[in-house]
Amino acid sequence: MTWPILSVVTFLPLLGALLIALMAHGNSPMARGTSRWIALWATIVTFAVSLLLIKNFDPASAEFQFVEKMNWLGVASYHMGVDGISLLFVILTTALMPLCILASWTSVQRRVKEYMIAFLVLETLMIGTFSALDIVLFYLFFEGGLIPMFLIIGVWGGPRRVYASFKFFLYTLLGSVLMLLAIMAMYWQAHTTDIAVLLHHSFPAGMQKWLWFAFFASFAVKMPMWPVHTWLPDAHVEAPTAGSVILAAILLKMGGYGFLRFSLPMFPEASHLFAPLVFTLSVVAIVYTSLVALMQEDLKKLIAYSSVAHMGFVTMGIFAATTQGVQGGIFQMISHGIVSGALFLCVGVVYDRTHTREIAAYGGLVNRMPLYAFIFMLFTMANVGLPGTSGFVGEFLSLIGTFKANVQVAFFATIGVILSACYALWLYRKMVFGTLRPTLAAIRDIGWREAVIFAPLVVLTILFGVAPKPVLDMSAASVAQLLANYNQAIKTAEQAQPVRRIEAGELGMTIEKVAQAGRAGIAAR
Amino acid sequence: MNELTHWSGYLPVLPEVVLALGAMLMLMAGVMFGERSGRLVNSWCVLVLIAAGAAMHWVPAGHLSLFNGSFIVDDFSRFLQILTLIGSAGALLLSLDWLSIEKQQRFEYGALFILSTLGMMMLIAAGDLIALYLGLELMSLALYVVAASDRENIKSTEAGLKYFVLGALSSGMLLYGASLIYGFTGTVSFVGIAKATHAGASIGLVFGLVFLFVGFCFKISAVPFHMWTPDVYEGAPTPVTAFFASAPKVAAMAIFVRATITAFPGITHEWQQIVVFVSILSMALGSFAAIGQKNIKRLMAYSSIGHMGFALVGLAAASPEGVQGVLVYMAIYVAMTLGTFAVIVAMRRQGVAVEQISDLAGLARTHPTMAFFFAMLMFSLAGIPPLAGFFAKFYVFLAAINAGLYVLAVIGVLASVVGAYYYLMIVKTMYFDDPKASFDAMPGLLRLVLLVSGVVNLLFFAWPAPIIGAASAAAKSLF
Repeated sequence: MTWPILSVVTFLPLLGALLIALMAHGNSPMARGTSRWIALWATIVTFAVSLLLIKNFDPASAEFQFVEKMNWLGVASYHMGVDGISLLFVILTTALMPLCILASWTSVQRRVKEYMIAFLVLETLMIGTFSALDIVLFYLFFEGGLIPMFLIIGVWGGPRRVYASFKFFLYTLLGSVLMLLAIMAMYWQAHTTDIAVLLHHSFPAGMQKWLWFAFFASFAVKMPMWPVHTWLPDAHVEAPTAGSVILAAILLKMGGYGFLRFSLPMFPEASHLFAPLVFTLSVVAIVYTSLVALMQEDLKKLIAYSSVAHMGFVTMGIFAATTQGVQGGIFQMISHGIVSGALFLCVGVVYDRTHTREIAAYGGLVNRMPLYAFIFMLFTMANVGLPGTSGFVGEFLSLIGTFKANVQVAFFATIGVILSACYALWLYRKMVFGTLRPTLAAIRDIGWREAVIFAPLVVLTILFGVAPKPVLDMSAASVAQLLANYNQAIKTAEQAQPVRRIEAGELGMTIEKVAQAGRAGIAAR
Repeated sequence: MNELTHWSGYLPVLPEVVLALGAMLMLMAGVMFGERSGRLVNSWCVLVLIAAGAAMHWVPAGHLSLFNGSFIVDDFSRFLQILTLIGSAGALLLSLDWLSIEKQQRFEYGALFILSTLGMMMLIAAGDLIALYLGLELMSLALYVVAASDRENIKSTEAGLKYFVLGALSSGMLLYGASLIYGFTGTVSFVGIAKATHAGASIGLVFGLVFLFVGFCFKISAVPFHMWTPDVYEGAPTPVTAFFASAPKVAAMAIFVRATITAFPGITHEWQQIVVFVSILSMALGSFAAIGQKNIKRLMAYSSIGHMGFALVGLAAASPEGVQGVLVYMAIYVAMTLGTFAVIVAMRRQGVAVEQISDLAGLARTHPTMAFFFAMLMFSLAGIPPLAGFFAKFYVFLAAINAGLYVLAVIGVLASVVGAYYYLMIVKTMYFDDPKASFDAMPGLLRLVLLVSGVVNLLFFAWPAPIIGAASAAAKSLF
């Protein structure tokens, strides 16, 4: 590959945003049309180019591929590259963006130009987050995403958008600044910010704990893990449909990706030490937020809480640090990206028609919208984790992986699967079955544009449910290497344990000596 | 200094000579052409500042020491002098249209800017306490006058008077500190003081140091000597506020850094704790006190207090990386401040200047480009990547972590999160709220300043090497 394909994929959307800024003037219908079409083409071309990444990717190798490196800050360098783990997220991002643009085609009529620019800039920042191989560069993309998302929620959001956007921004920023300090501490310890080098650097055990916590603060908020998840329901409820899709499908995955890329491989001893903490938080998230979801009256809020629960499976699987667990976590993230994105799109479909998200306002939709009822059912089942859908594979693998590491955790997490069936089926029954509400008598079934959006998601959900191998193979080599390094580091640390025992023995001897001296003293008196 | 017998020996002070002659020339021109020539003379003053910048080109390279070591030309002074000239020229550009609209074109205005800038240039290059005081007073006296330049306006005169009284007090303290230092070391030159304090400091010297720091903290408006800032910022004419917020801050910060690093390297531990203390207080006050502000000029006052706290984090590290951080911070701070004030100066409805934050409501719809750049500047001031403000904070905290100042760094980043709130409030007002009546069209010069500042702010990440490299070289010249 002679041309910098990864940079092209990353910055193509930004180019699209520039084009819109230059070509669309004012708020005339023509400017709106221009903005929409440029945005759509920019995202489609980006997706097409990103497919070249898959084509030229060698899944047998665990090394970073398509690597680009340039001098940048002195401290940090512009270093890009993907491995089997990050490539999946890059593709997820590029694949979902055209669908998001299409989903906003008619529902966004206000300030279309700015809307499309914000989404394209966000896409660049998201792809950059997943493909940055320098930790400062990563932080740049990771945090930069706050700006467009803040504007998306705040400008095009619902009635409480100001509150939601501020909460989203400040929560995430608070988590991230601590990570920034940790990044600096890592730089002075290892004298590099290159991720590829840092992966093989072993930090002192005491320092690892602090660094781990600083990174955890950032990723736990982003993920989000209980109890720092409260920004998510607010942000989801107020964000426009496409904003919710991006938030659930990709932004949340940055947290999981961060755990995989930084916490586990760079601070293995601390990860091992704090795994019980993560397990506890994950299980609480799974059970507690599922119960909370049962009580929701707002459609989007229910799906938001279900997202928190599903992310609990991801963190649990990742920190189980078994092949199945990590693979399951990754698969669950990809699957959740597709399924929760689709569910928010499903909400968007009825919201565009009725302008309410109250669950009680719906009922009997199957009478008027059979196709919609079918699609909604499919994604509900995938959300529950029905075998044959992609949701099953992810949950199953992460549960197996966790079972190997900790049986109790896996047991309680499985309760969450049952609870997720409760709220999802309850929601489906309320909305789709029963008698048709009089207010919904004139509701239309989904049109061709919406069908085009849902078609690829339906296909992927079933395809990955029946044949998950392509996804698993893609990340297999990288995961294997990650875990090999992880286990090696744990083993080394455990071998270092006896040294401490000798120290304890020495301490015992000193105490003995003191006691002897004391006895001698008493005897002398 | 034998070289000074030949004219080429004066080349290192060429920019200062240009400024001094330029200021006098402009005053004479003003007197000759009368009051009505105000705009023309003030425009020429911008050219004088640019000429001084161009004169930097003929200043010989390397570390030069003139007038028995009172005047030092090194990479540090070059970097900051250029920055000061940019700040002054930018603020003067912001003034031109404003003065015309407010019908206050007076030729003294530009000349005072130049004289003040001359003081700053001397301050930056000062190599002993006497030169320091001379530069500081030349800078301040001109500033007191321009603060009150809107002489029919009671707020402006109040600002000038307040600034003068408090400034005189702080100058007195500084002078007292300088005399104590002289008394305990027997020398006023920084090099000499460094030698005398090599082994440690007596209690009297530390006393002098504290008084010296009081003077510096007053000039950079660091807590607890910040009280004048909100009132003076609010009362002074808006472009003058822009001037206060940019160039004098750079110069005062420069001498703060130079004096502490070159004169007191032996007692780093003593002054470091003062700087840490002042830095924490400034960051905290800058973040929390700004939240309640309704007037954008007062808000910028608290914002600048906070930013000085962040810059001091770099000084607290007392290392070349730290000084580099301070320099990068000041460079980016000047760029952001000028752009921000370009918008604030342009806040005007039907010819009447407005300064409430709520007046910005819906700016994104009435003036999309202006709102976009302003919003990006706000995110940058909050330190959000990939904007320039992030890199400013990045370098100072990087140095602080290396110096082991973990508590300072954690408090600093937490303060920056609190501070982000009020910058976001401005973005919220512009983007989320419904528009009010549109502002008057933005004058051309303001557009130019906003555009340059906005582009620097947005694209700094793409090509950071020149500023960071220059700052690194400048920082090394002090050690």
